[in-house]
Amino acid sequence: MTAQPSAAPSATPATAPDDDAPAARVRSAPLILSAPAALLFAALVLTPLFLTALLSFNEFDHMTGRTGGFTLEHYRSVLTDSYYLEIFLRTFRVSALATAICVVIGVPEAYILSRMGNPWRSVFLLVVLAPLLVSVVVRAFGWSMLLGPEGPINAALVALGVGRVRMLYGEGTVIVALVHVMLPFMVIPVWTSLQKLDPAVEQAALSFGASRATAIVRVVAPQILPGILSGSLIVFGLSASAFAIPGLLGGRRLKMVATVVYDQYLSDLNWPMGAAVAVLLLTANLIIMLTYHRVVEGHYRRRLG
Amino acid sequence: MTRNGPVALIFHTLVVLFMLAPLAIVCLVAFTPENTLSLPTHGFSLRWFEAVFHHPDFVQSFWNSLWLALLSATLAVGLAVPAALAITRFEFPGRGFLNALFLSPLIIPHLVLGVAMLRLFAIVGATGSFGWLVAAHMVIVTPYVMRLLIAAISGFDRSVEQAALSLGASEATVFRRVTLPMILPGVTGGWLIAFINSFDELTMSIFITSPSTVTLPVRMYMYATESIDPMMAAVSALIIGITAVAVLLLDRVYGLDRILVGQH
Repeated sequence: MTAQPSAAPSATPATAPDDDAPAARVRSAPLILSAPAALLFAALVLTPLFLTALLSFNEFDHMTGRTGGFTLEHYRSVLTDSYYLEIFLRTFRVSALATAICVVIGVPEAYILSRMGNPWRSVFLLVVLAPLLVSVVVRAFGWSMLLGPEGPINAALVALGVGRVRMLYGEGTVIVALVHVMLPFMVIPVWTSLQKLDPAVEQAALSFGASRATAIVRVVAPQILPGILSGSLIVFGLSASAFAIPGLLGGRRLKMVATVVYDQYLSDLNWPMGAAVAVLLLTANLIIMLTYHRVVEGHYRRRLG
Repeated sequence: MTRNGPVALIFHTLVVLFMLAPLAIVCLVAFTPENTLSLPTHGFSLRWFEAVFHHPDFVQSFWNSLWLALLSATLAVGLAVPAALAITRFEFPGRGFLNALFLSPLIIPHLVLGVAMLRLFAIVGATGSFGWLVAAHMVIVTPYVMRLLIAAISGFDRSVEQAALSLGASEATVFRRVTLPMILPGVTGGWLIAFINSFDELTMSIFITSPSTVTLPVRMYMYATESIDPMMAAVSALIIGITAVAVLLLDRVYGLDRILVGQH
């Protein structure tokens, strides 16, 4: 897979002693090929992240808005202030619940999809996955209409005599919309691991007298567990850093980590404080995603023997 | 035919309804003749679509988003093709690091990228520049292009290239006449997924756009936090329509299931 490209028939005379010239060209080729992209990423990923990490240690003067000097104050207040702790806890709780619901809905759905015959299977896979590509603002707006006081759900409740229920601007709404946004990220890895599963194994379990439930629990579930785990980590990581859903459906009271960073940067203009929260969010996310990477890698290594 | 039992099919129907409901209601409300967000129970009207086209802010944001997505997808493909060739075809020091770096925007929250770029742009005096916005979008769409390209390049038979070389074709000719056509589905698929991701991007853009470079999702977010009228629904319906076209194209060119599922 990484075979060196065969050096083109050398045009240099056979007597030339510098036959390492093509080798040198081969050695520099990958660096030249990847240089433009590497420069872009150095300038716009590594540099800004480094600057932001530095900024999070800068002092902030609330009177003048100037930054400078060195302080650990932002980290101290983020990690001890009850306002921030409440936001971190809420973000954790909302993300954990969204993840759990995604498992409960997404895993059976992926299983059902994988057992469908072909025209339907492709159609419904498209239906379940394609919303992923529609702007999250549109989806948040759709939920705010569905759950709004004049929305069809409240209309149905009124018609049933239950009366209007206030659903918007609560944790419940945020969780429902997050599940909608994240469900494809759960279905995809579970579907992928189901594709690798030999249906004959499940058939064998059934023909040896296992009940359907036993076959699912003892045969199918263990094999798709890595898929469920990696899906959960992705969903949790993305939910914890979600911005548009809590921003549009959480209202002013219900802050989550991402909306707090936004406020610090664009309302309070306290960039160092916002940077500290952002650095913590990035760190937590990297830990989660690297765990995910390890899980998936381990999974493949085991599969390949 | 399906081998699922009735309970499974009821569950499946509910999931499908759940996934489609918010998109369906947006599309329906967009056609309301009323002044409030309501279902069009008394006939359909296109007045809110007309309102969108007469709203200078939305029109300008639409063009901003379109140019931004076209430019960033195209430039990202331009950078990603050589980079993907380097990563898949050569063993060199730093290869693993570069690979991880090019995929890193997938695991860095866009919020963090947004505030980080805001800081950089403030320092170099690039706040509000459209060119820097394009560069920022290139960063977030490159990983999607890279994944498809790496899959396309490592999946093809090198002996065809070797045959062309041994028959006397120059390396440039081989790339143009053999390599590129063979990875073309990966290139076009990557371009389309990059376009969609750039066009939809909100969280990073909200930090680094200025009033003149505001993109459509940012404009919608701002609009939705202040007032909500059926015009939002009309814009949303238009976006759903554009996305649907892109999805169908993507499905034709590359196969949607391969993009969303296969590369995972």
